[in-house]
Amino acid sequence: MTRDKVDLSFFLNGQRREVKLDPMLRLSETLREEFGFTGVKVGCDAGDCGACTVLLDGRQVCACLVPTARINDSSVVTAEGMAGNGFLSRVQHAFLRHAAVQCGACIPGMLAAATDIAASQHHPTREAVMHGLGGVLCRCTGYQNIVAAIMDAGQDPSPIEMPDGPAIGVSLPRTDAIDKLTGAANFGADAMPENTLWLRAVRSPHAAARFTIGKLDDLYVQHPGLHKILTAADIPGNKCFGIYPDLKDQPVFAIDQIRYPGEAVLALVGERDALAAISDDDLPIVYEPLDRIVGMADARIKGARQLHAASPGNLLIEAALRKGEGAVENHPHTATGRWTTGFVEHAYLEPEAGFAQRVDDRLHIYVTTQTPYMDRDEVALIMGLEPEQVRIIPAVCGGGFGGKLDQSVQPMLALAAWTLADLDRPVACVYSRPESMAASTKRHPAQIDARFACDAEGRLQAMEMTADFDTGAYASWGPTVAGRVPVHGSGPYHLPNAHIQARAYYSNNPPSGAFRGFGVPQIALAHEALMDDLAEQVNMDPLEFRLKNALRAGDHTATGQLLTASAGLDQCLQALRPHWHAALEAVAKHNEQNTILRRGVGLGCMWYGCGNTGMSNPSQVRVTLSADGRIILYNGAVDIGQGSFTIMRQICADGLGLPVAMIDQVTGDTDLTPDAGKTSASRQTYVTGKATELAALDLRQQILRLANADEHAVISISDGIVRIGETAVALSRLAADEDGVVLCGEGTFDPPATALDENGQGEPYGTYAFAAQMAMVEVDVELGTTKVTRIVAAHDVGKAINPAQVEGQIQGGIAQGLGLALMEEYLPGRTENLHDYLIPTVGDMPPIEVILVEDPDPNGPQGAKGVGEPGLVPTAPAILAAIKSATGVRVHQVPATPDRLRAAILNQRDLGRQT
Amino acid sequence: MANYIRPIELPDALAALAERKFFVLAGATDFYPAQVGRVTDHDILDLGGVEALAGIERQGDYWRIGAMATWRDLVDADLPPCFAGLKQAARQVGGPQIQNTATIAGNLCNASPAADGVPPLLCLAAEIEFQDQAGVHVLPLSEFILGNRRTALRPDQVLTAILVPTLLEQGRAGFAKLGARSSLVISIVMVAGLLQLDEQGRVANANLAVGACSEVAQRLALLEAELIGQSDLSSVVRPEHFSHLSPLDDHRGTAAYRLDAAATITKRLLQDLSS
Repeated sequence: MTRDKVDLSFFLNGQRREVKLDPMLRLSETLREEFGFTGVKVGCDAGDCGACTVLLDGRQVCACLVPTARINDSSVVTAEGMAGNGFLSRVQHAFLRHAAVQCGACIPGMLAAATDIAASQHHPTREAVMHGLGGVLCRCTGYQNIVAAIMDAGQDPSPIEMPDGPAIGVSLPRTDAIDKLTGAANFGADAMPENTLWLRAVRSPHAAARFTIGKLDDLYVQHPGLHKILTAADIPGNKCFGIYPDLKDQPVFAIDQIRYPGEAVLALVGERDALAAISDDDLPIVYEPLDRIVGMADARIKGARQLHAASPGNLLIEAALRKGEGAVENHPHTATGRWTTGFVEHAYLEPEAGFAQRVDDRLHIYVTTQTPYMDRDEVALIMGLEPEQVRIIPAVCGGGFGGKLDQSVQPMLALAAWTLADLDRPVACVYSRPESMAASTKRHPAQIDARFACDAEGRLQAMEMTADFDTGAYASWGPTVAGRVPVHGSGPYHLPNAHIQARAYYSNNPPSGAFRGFGVPQIALAHEALMDDLAEQVNMDPLEFRLKNALRAGDHTATGQLLTASAGLDQCLQALRPHWHAALEAVAKHNEQNTILRRGVGLGCMWYGCGNTGMSNPSQVRVTLSADGRIILYNGAVDIGQGSFTIMRQICADGLGLPVAMIDQVTGDTDLTPDAGKTSASRQTYVTGKATELAALDLRQQILRLANADEHAVISISDGIVRIGETAVALSRLAADEDGVVLCGEGTFDPPATALDENGQGEPYGTYAFAAQMAMVEVDVELGTTKVTRIVAAHDVGKAINPAQVEGQIQGGIAQGLGLALMEEYLPGRTENLHDYLIPTVGDMPPIEVILVEDPDPNGPQGAKGVGEPGLVPTAPAILAAIKSATGVRVHQVPATPDRLRAAILNQRDLGRQT
Repeated sequence: MANYIRPIELPDALAALAERKFFVLAGATDFYPAQVGRVTDHDILDLGGVEALAGIERQGDYWRIGAMATWRDLVDADLPPCFAGLKQAARQVGGPQIQNTATIAGNLCNASPAADGVPPLLCLAAEIEFQDQAGVHVLPLSEFILGNRRTALRPDQVLTAILVPTLLEQGRAGFAKLGARSSLVISIVMVAGLLQLDEQGRVANANLAVGACSEVAQRLALLEAELIGQSDLSSVVRPEHFSHLSPLDDHRGTAAYRLDAAATITKRLLQDLSS
């Protein structure tokens, strides 16, 4: 449907415009489509996320809620219009200085809000900043550095210098920060070719149904711009995909049966207007609803409908660990409990988006992804092509957290572009927010029964755990969760005896997949609460109890792996100790005077294996020297906001012994970069980082050999001449390949790991990250509301390659952990938007203090380990422990929403009265 | 082809509405969220050009909040103490972007059970002025909103102003909203209050209203009556004062929790307003 355009006159990013525009088009669409200002991000189209925030006459507004007509006689400023004459604005520069940028999808909106705040107050108070930013969500940063940047935006921008010396350990600005701050970075939806066709999936409103698709021919007649309706029948290769080679159970388009609400049934491909004119109700899809398997309880019932032929009892997978005796009851002190968690949505600010184009007998797919090589191979299987026929070009990724490790738009776009080859046009697709939330994977809901036992001196002796997970309609990463859980079930503690069982069940729910921590955040709720209970029983301080039992170098883990080095929980706890004692004292003092607003403090600890569990997961990296003296790092480690495009440059520079500014980079294109695996499992810094170091060292060796120099020789390159110590070599004299490369260094690293045996014994990871966090809360016991007031996070990261980025990862993980603890629960069919599904806003985040402990790993690059997931794991346990400290109530179900916590407090009072 | 008109004069708007049905657009912040993934094919009458509907000013015995006045306009306006609760609500509607564009009138026309503007305006005894070609009409707010997403406004009528009687100007007013996070949140419960105290600090008049606990926000008539002449206010509050409410059980909170929280928040608000 179109409207007559109206004459509008306005200033846009400082330029006067007089144009005819659709008066009712959302301003966000007008700015993106008519003017190409794709720095205006569309995260929800509903005013819930603030990603599209722009300045209208100097005030922040959501461009998705402003009719274009309203800009008449006004001025609009987007991120693209903030920098002037090649200089960043003060606010942009402050964001750069304070490492406020991660994935960058919220940044244009944040900048608009920040500019509004800074315009009214030169030195805004923290309170003013918190209020002014209240309408922009960020899923990566935990808001810490953004708030700090705005408070500091009045300062003169001082130039940021790149180090000439070692780059590792320096908080370099991100290589992509300027692009993200100026709106230049192209995310999945930002680079659509002009003549593109569009694709829209039609999804089932039912959770469980059989269906038939009637005659489609009439639709083509009614809608001339509709070029193709794709169904499962059109797929030339595998009709199903999945993470595991033997477990490809998720259809690209449902086949006869619907297994979750939001499952794709078919896709419409055509002109954008034509697709918009077709309602889902116009399609002849007839559903015959089936009884829904609502969750694990339903799935396990004897005689329950079986969702997949290969999985009797709806059991996807079962994994176990047995070390020594279970026999928890044989020890003097035992603590027991059951914990339950719900679905959690990744809520990356950037919904799934991309486009595909057929190029002769190949497919090019530009897409937001965490895993280009897996995408390439999966699309090839679905299309019946060779992997080399598929090229994945990762877009700038606006957050992933595990949710962009599965297929979304890729197979549909590939099929459309391939099938409609004679039109010779690219095909594009952008998910709406509700579609993204309905279709994509979630964190596994869990039910965890656990018991731990210790001796009279507080030494842990034995533990048992049964952890069941709702894996939803399809396998996705369910087996990975079942694999990680037994390994980590003991917590970061030394346990001579451990029996752990993990199971994942199918249900008519969204597929549960990868989400920052793969099941470990769920089980940490159990082991951490039980540490507190046992400490209480043996009358020990909870921190000292953990310290006594902490895994250390020289200990064997529950899988029997000998930790030879880099197990820094001890140091993390020691670093927390002064904060812990001060907090205990402050809390006790406060609570003497207050019965309604009760304060509490709690601890959470964790460990986390970096990389895939018990299997090979190599990364390859190449570094070249060209005849013109350029160094190019071919880095396939996709940066989803965590910083791998910056960190690899730092590692590369130090490996070569050259300034980091010299390192150019080619990133993450499957035609150009070697396979650096997926950005998940906290593996990129550790695995690809090591491969980068090896590649750089390899190239350095080759350079040194040009002069037969020793390994300490100083290298420099300028004007096509490489100087090695006193020797100068003209690069033009070396043989160059067709790309002008004269020397090429290569590095491959596969972390040392062995497969687990039938008792879950083995060496599943090359290294483990450790952390201890402390949370302080204030609970309103009459309302059941919890305000987290402070977090101190001590993390053993081996070596912080870029400390600011490492802190950013931890701060962002903590925000997600806080959400898990207090507010996040995805209810299929009910919370498919960002006002019913709540993630933390700036005002929900307390000040966070990060303490970096560096207990180097012998294999990691300069000792570094992963940090992507560890930030999240201990936070929810620490918050729940703090709630217990404040109220005496042990919360066994997350999120601890106000109504749940209030009910638990009332319940405890009733019990108190009865006894 | 959908229509779009942007009249400058109110009579032109009313004339257009008398002819055919339009979606009347004020701040648009409730309009677009209902169109996610859809084509906006409504015929639109955009009130954005009608100057007469802007602004907040005192006119005779009323404060007049124009239909196009935004929450931000309200926060920035110099208003007597009785508006303190409405101003507190204004700073908690959505985020700052919403406050900069959404109108108070639109909040009423949208008639959500969780509309943040309704409880404070009920306490202010607000009246709603609306017009059609036949003339100007006025209804008390409590009779204007009929139910969940239902108002007394006919398709040919435009809400032109919210009228707040100056009679209550010096009353002490407050507002408290309970949500599951700090901003951008739909209320689980909200309570607004407006008290007039006598010289001894006893309640001469109390207006209280609870939102998000029934289809339309409700005054607490029984409690209001019992508060008259009292000075220790929080001890007056009892569960029965809320028994006419009918909150939902949903993902934001159970019905029992909502009632429990409404009583707690009311007590606290009374304490704040009387101290």
